[in-house]
Amino acid sequence: MPVGDLLPEIVLLLGAIVIVLTAVFTRQERQHWGAVLALVAVALSAWFAAGQWGAPSKLTFMGVWALDPAAVAAKLMILGAAAVVVALSPEWMATDRRHGEYYGLLLFAVLGAIMMAAAADTMELMLGVLLSSAASYPLAAYHRAWGPSVEAGMKYYLIAALANALLTVGVVLLFGLVGDTAYEATQATLARDADAVALIAATAFVVVGLAFKMGAFPAHVWMPDVAQGAPAPIAAFLTVVPKIGAAVALARFVTLLPPDLAWRWIIAFIAVVTMTLGNLAALRQTDVRRLLGWSSVSQSGYALMAVVVLGLTEQALPALLLFLLAYTVANLAAFAVVVHWRGRTTLDDYHGLASAQPLAATVLVVALLSLVGIPPLIGFFGKLALFSAAIDGGYAWLAVVAVANTVVSLFYYLSVIAPVVFADRKATLHELGPWARAASLTTGVLVLAFGLGAELLVGLGTVIASF
Amino acid sequence: MILTAALLVPLLGALVLAGAGSWRGGTVRAFATAVAVVPLILLVWAWVLFDPAGAQFQLVVEVPWVPSLGMAFLLGVDGIALSVAVMSALLFAASVVYPIDTKGRAAQYYGWLLFLEAVSLGVFLTLDLLLFYVFFDLSLVGMYFLIARWGHGTPQYSALKFFLYTLTGSLALLLAFLGLYLSHDPHTFDMRVLMEAQPLAGSAQAAGLVLLGLLVGFGIKTPLVPFHTWLPQAHVDAPGPGSAILAGVLLKMGTYGLIRIPYSMMTDTFAHYALWIAVVAVVSILYGALVALGQRDLKRRIAYTSINHMGYTVLGIAAAGALLGGDEAARTLALTGATVEMVAHGLITGSLFLIAGSFWARGEEYDLDRYGGLARRAPLLTGLTAVAAFASLGLPGLAGFVAELQIFAGTFAVWPWLAAIGLLGILITAALFLQMLQKLFFGDLPARWASFPDLRPIEWGVLGALLAAVVVIGVYPRFLLTLIEASAVLTGVR
Repeated sequence: MPVGDLLPEIVLLLGAIVIVLTAVFTRQERQHWGAVLALVAVALSAWFAAGQWGAPSKLTFMGVWALDPAAVAAKLMILGAAAVVVALSPEWMATDRRHGEYYGLLLFAVLGAIMMAAAADTMELMLGVLLSSAASYPLAAYHRAWGPSVEAGMKYYLIAALANALLTVGVVLLFGLVGDTAYEATQATLARDADAVALIAATAFVVVGLAFKMGAFPAHVWMPDVAQGAPAPIAAFLTVVPKIGAAVALARFVTLLPPDLAWRWIIAFIAVVTMTLGNLAALRQTDVRRLLGWSSVSQSGYALMAVVVLGLTEQALPALLLFLLAYTVANLAAFAVVVHWRGRTTLDDYHGLASAQPLAATVLVVALLSLVGIPPLIGFFGKLALFSAAIDGGYAWLAVVAVANTVVSLFYYLSVIAPVVFADRKATLHELGPWARAASLTTGVLVLAFGLGAELLVGLGTVIASF
Repeated sequence: MILTAALLVPLLGALVLAGAGSWRGGTVRAFATAVAVVPLILLVWAWVLFDPAGAQFQLVVEVPWVPSLGMAFLLGVDGIALSVAVMSALLFAASVVYPIDTKGRAAQYYGWLLFLEAVSLGVFLTLDLLLFYVFFDLSLVGMYFLIARWGHGTPQYSALKFFLYTLTGSLALLLAFLGLYLSHDPHTFDMRVLMEAQPLAGSAQAAGLVLLGLLVGFGIKTPLVPFHTWLPQAHVDAPGPGSAILAGVLLKMGTYGLIRIPYSMMTDTFAHYALWIAVVAVVSILYGALVALGQRDLKRRIAYTSINHMGYTVLGIAAAGALLGGDEAARTLALTGATVEMVAHGLITGSLFLIAGSFWARGEEYDLDRYGGLARRAPLLTGLTAVAAFASLGLPGLAGFVAELQIFAGTFAVWPWLAAIGLLGILITAALFLQMLQKLFFGDLPARWASFPDLRPIEWGVLGALLAAVVVIGVYPRFLLTLIEASAVLTGVR
């Protein structure tokens, strides 16, 4: 067996185990060393993953595991995001009695997301989804004594249970139709013939399962609760990392479907509903973290536009990955500032923070403007790629819907920016510490640097024409 | 190199001021003034170097930015761009010098103003479609912060409305730009290539949709009725120099874009729909003038005359579009007139808004009915306002007349009836400005203005410089027309 092909994943697994074992034998006040171990594991994993870049696309491990540029890009994004989340965590978790195993769970959740992105087999896909979910339930509810955190964990768990059950049904139906779980065999069999009704049902179930991980309609309702109630670093994590894995998994899955199945319309419908619903709900929020949660829902809707035109234009897959990267960096930057300001939630607490902390406030403003898509930030290039792919793929109307939604989203992003910059200060400011500050500044600089250096990313994207 | 420096100097100045929180207000203002004058000098120098008999685009600079997308940091000017850019640089210098209450945040205020100058000049100087969009969008960000922080009334609401409206427009533009970009093989954002190729010439439906996107985008920015509702609100609540920039520079982006993109890159389609654009323009002319006549608020009145004047510009562009392939002399006349109108309107309305800012600084009052009899108290203010108002209503010998004469002469060649209706606008404008002068400066002096101070030297100095330019263009327009005409002949012709 080509074990070397799985080195990035194996490193994460070993890292998680080492952290859990170390945590057992370490006093609570020294458990922040788990963060260092986690960072080492993530860095090693990223090192091995980067080594896989540029190799010709192939399936490995008896055809269940895809090694292609898209998978490697998704892995690197997920690992980068994980590194930021780890950096945000030690100060936040310093007083928690179970600080140590937190990092172990985090690495398991990262592993699950990576498995989703690279799975080329429906069983493998399920395994990834379940691992990611199971590791995330306790993370969302980590503040056991705090109601909103428990509520967030509970909601996440209940919706996950339903969505994962549906996903299982879909996978089983698909197995019944095809007689195999490997993607190659599935694609070949479906192209020949398949019972249309059963196939539509299977597709619908799988799509719902992945929509849950993406935070897309119809399984999106956990997103705002988790963004608000989960520990702030975990809110950053869960709004970003599973989305990357699930979006790539969904893109991989829809390419299996025969062209006469109306899956493009299904995804387009979900995209429109997701972005519109997320934006309309975000308009009414007076809680910044909840608002970011709904914004995250709407951003899933944009990302799905690229999935709709997959196979119709070569720009689709690079656009999906570029947009996910743009979203990841900007969303992490926004949450990093929230963590740095000790996770304050209500908008009133954000009044006038720009005069007290101009640098952090600038990062927040830049991150939100990038989520709108203001040039020359990276978010602009992400949206540009999406619009371009949608128009080139013949779905210009989808781009028009996204544009309308972008205007709506500007309204609520400005409803955060305006009080931060223009209002008088109301609450006293508490900062978390140097790690969180460094993480927020780093991501903030990246939002701008990636935009100015977009050529590098767009150039890389041309390698990823298809799976 | 000159053009690059004209962008980078104010941008670097803005960056310096971003880190200059501890500087004293006077130091900041002196620094900002020094920085803001540099682009003006550089662009005047560019004007001197520009050869009207030479290539269409000159002083071209090209640095690859995102070559994978066909996007470059590409600058270059023709006479149209250069004249509007010089006017903008002059107006920015004037706005920086003009005194204003910075609410204790001088570094931030001047920083945003310089940032806005850099990106606004970028819009006029770039020859890359995507870079045009980048600058176009960034000008919204700069203006948003200027209005929201240093405005009065309900500044945050007005700034939000401005941002939302104009972002809608710019996103419509983005989709249309992508339509142009994707229809040319290989994909490119290079304006010169797209002008040459006319990529949408073969597909009527796609071209119609792209033109619609462009018209909505530029129509909101210009603004044309019915997309104008953001304008009065934003103007009234913006600080005086902010309004001057908004009217003088930002509105020009809409009409300049019309010339540069649909008019030049899809000439057939533009010519096909030119009549409809002209009708909308005439509606804007009449509507803007009539609504302005009904305003009691000084700033609102000036704001609505902007809709009226930008209507003339669009009428000129539409007439030129309809004449593509027809009467060349009339087409050049209309397009030149439209460009001169942009320059004239920038200088005149910029001055009027700066004057409105002076009124606000003295009495925090815009209601015309509460003023009166100021002629004796403030003769300088009276004189300069009168010059600006007469220029705005198109008095011969001043810049507005040169522009409007050419626009209407060009339009008469295609649609005499439309031109005749449009002329009514000038009549109404004359009435509203005369009434405004009468209300402000004649009649009885209300007791509360008994100690109304006249303009300070710095104020009349700035206004005097701007209005001197208006007079020079009015009396001796040849120096400007030579520059513009050469490019107007080439624009839109393959």
